[in-house]
Amino acid sequence: MSETLERYFVPEPSRFPIFGSVALLLFGAGAALWVNQVKAGPWIFFLGIAILIYMLFGWFGQVVRESQGGKYGTRVDASFRWSMGWFIFSEVMFFAAFFGALFYVRVLTVPALSSGENEALLWQGYSGAWPNAGPRALDTAAVEPFTPMGAWGIPAINTLILLTSGATLTWAHYGLLKDKRGQLKLGLLLTILLGAIFLGFQAYEYVHAYGELNLRLDTGIYGSTFFMLTGFHGLHVTVGAIMLTVMLCRAVAGHFNSQHHFGFEAAAWYWHFVDVVWLILFVVVYWL
Amino acid sequence: MAAVIPDPLDHHHHHAPSGLMRWLTTTNHKDIGTMYLIFSFVMFLSGGVMALTIRAELFQPGLQVVQPEFFNQLTTMHGLVMVFGAIMPAFVGFANWQIPLMIGASDMAFARMNNWSFWLLPPAAILLLGSFFVPGGATAAGWTLYAPLSVQMGMGMDFAIFAIHIMGLSSIMGAINIVVTILNMRAPGMAMMKMPLFCWTWLITAYLLIAVMPVLAGAVTMILTDRHFGTSFFNAAGGGDPVMYQHIFWFFGHPEVYIMILPAFGIVSQIIPAFARKPLFGYASMVYATASIAILSFVVWAHHMFATGMPAVGQLYFMYATMLIAVPTGVKVFNWVATMWRGSLSFEPPMLWATGFIFVFTIGGFTGLICAIAPIDIQIHDTYYVVAHFHYVLVAGSLFALFAGAYYWLPKWTGHMPSDRLGKLHFWCSLVFFNVTFFPMHFLGLAGMPRRIPDYALQFTDFNALATIGAFGFGLSQLIFLAVVVKCARGGKPAAAKPWDGAEGLEWTVPSPAPYHTFEEAPLVK
Ligand SMILES: [Cu+2]
Repeated sequence: MSETLERYFVPEPSRFPIFGSVALLLFGAGAALWVNQVKAGPWIFFLGIAILIYMLFGWFGQVVRESQGGKYGTRVDASFRWSMGWFIFSEVMFFAAFFGALFYVRVLTVPALSSGENEALLWQGYSGAWPNAGPRALDTAAVEPFTPMGAWGIPAINTLILLTSGATLTWAHYGLLKDKRGQLKLGLLLTILLGAIFLGFQAYEYVHAYGELNLRLDTGIYGSTFFMLTGFHGLHVTVGAIMLTVMLCRAVAGHFNSQHHFGFEAAAWYWHFVDVVWLILFVVVYWL
Repeated sequence: MAAVIPDPLDHHHHHAPSGLMRWLTTTNHKDIGTMYLIFSFVMFLSGGVMALTIRAELFQPGLQVVQPEFFNQLTTMHGLVMVFGAIMPAFVGFANWQIPLMIGASDMAFARMNNWSFWLLPPAAILLLGSFFVPGGATAAGWTLYAPLSVQMGMGMDFAIFAIHIMGLSSIMGAINIVVTILNMRAPGMAMMKMPLFCWTWLITAYLLIAVMPVLAGAVTMILTDRHFGTSFFNAAGGGDPVMYQHIFWFFGHPEVYIMILPAFGIVSQIIPAFARKPLFGYASMVYATASIAILSFVVWAHHMFATGMPAVGQLYFMYATMLIAVPTGVKVFNWVATMWRGSLSFEPPMLWATGFIFVFTIGGFTGLICAIAPIDIQIHDTYYVVAHFHYVLVAGSLFALFAGAYYWLPKWTGHMPSDRLGKLHFWCSLVFFNVTFFPMHFLGLAGMPRRIPDYALQFTDFNALATIGAFGFGLSQLIFLAVVVKCARGGKPAAAKPWDGAEGLEWTVPSPAPYHTFEEAPLVK
């Protein structure tokens, strides 16, 4: 019974959490002031971000040192696995709110606004054909028309890029399991590069949308759902790429072996989650 | 696995910081639980002061005490502070103290993150309460923050949004910690179906938290972007829909009410067997009932929206689905009563509160069924009937169970017995004044008095005056509790390891007060 012998690791008192709390206080207060055009807002906000980055470096650095120092036994490992799973579940629910909003407006709101009394009395001539910027766009003098984002250009290429990155990551994982360190590092590097290319394409797509297509965040409900969903996804790709970069640095530093490599696996789970969100996004935001 | 066993000599007892730094940096579940409980009591008092100001204004018709704008801020902030600042953190405080003690774990699974979960709450409270002092004052959109009102509010709304984000982060991390602790840290032999019911209810509550707090974060993010970045989620002219906000909010909001009541069920299910000196009747059915309530809670949200407008099919579905929840809830009430049936009952303060809970919570449950009936709800929607209903479940339900739990476990936390006399006084004053405050609100609501309005028609005067007297009595009664806790922390009759002779569970096998570190060697549960 190794369970009864092995003591669960309980960390010593730590000053990182309180740094994180101060950081988020400044982050929240700064953001609330900034969106209300208070001059000090951005300064407070970025001070908060800076403290947060310091805290994350320190905290995760300590976790890595504790892990390398052999303080985490099999039960701590199991805790990490459970917690990462539940964390990803919480992220799924966050995206569900935005996918739910897209579903709601497409299935219920837009058809209701473009039919019956609403169409006859309020918004005459509003067809509701998706994508649209809402009934106020009927007034073409006040609202400039936009062109929707097509699915089969950059978005389709980006789909292939992310799917390939999932494969290269799995290849890296096999390398780790078979103690082929070169394969691990190369696979990680390729995955990060594919993620970076994805983000580059997405940035280009946004520039294209704002420039040629006249598609902006304030382009009615289509612009709102398009940019909020793809934007939050892009943010998650960025976070995932940072996680993988940390794992690459750790792999280069000689961390991980074929038995103990939960940090790597957590980053991989996260990456696959971001991958799956993109597939849903590609179908319901770009394609249909 | 020899390499991963930390050397016992190099253990973490020596250089623990003292003074303020101890509390800022602590990784001990008992310290963190204490901080949660103190924080929630402070928030309870601040939310209470807001409630008493509201009641003072409503003592007579006309405007006497506050301006209508400020009245609206008070009703909004009273709700937000009580839900996110008082009730939820209080239950997390209980979870922190009790879950490791009850399952035989040395601490929570992630002790450092546990500290962060707590220390995110004061910043959130600063943002929320600080918003009273920004230009335009705090948000006055009601605690549900319905669009389009919330899209139009001033700067205070943005502070509330970021406060909710931070509290949500705290709740999600706290909930992940609790789930992992329960799933992974149980002592050998502590099978899931042997766990104390408090742990079961918290496991399911934590699952609800992880599922719905991100949805609330999404909803308030959409408000933020609608306010400042030109999106049209809740703007019909742009193709959005303010009603959609209500759907997203209540998809969070209905599970949220179970987040605030399931741990209360857990506490009551610990206390009643202890003072009936009989095992809990129907343990397995309690677990299944809790799980069914949690699952049903995801599919009933639109019962808050019968008056908003919905197809008749939708009204029927949400009406019947909501009523279905009465079945598992009824199972629970039946089991508590059946546990007491032919038991050797004694009524020390914890049992008084738990028994009181069954009576008053059940009234709140029944009025909930009445609100669930769509044709009746059209009449009573947004009246004082609804206010009466949810205060019967949140005050008489959640809060009474919290007091029951506090009196039950205070001996373990402080090492002293809480005063029996004061505890009983606290209970009877609270019970009487609670009913004086909230029972008349049923009549006010049925007679048509709308909620969230600082003035009212003359025929509502008598019941409003009565409710205000009750509210001040209830508020003052809570100072008795403060006195009990302070006296108990400072001294008093020493408590035995197991001060209640019928109590069961691992927490009673350690001395009172519980030592700073418990179960460093996991106990064997037979
Ligand atoms: Cu509900």
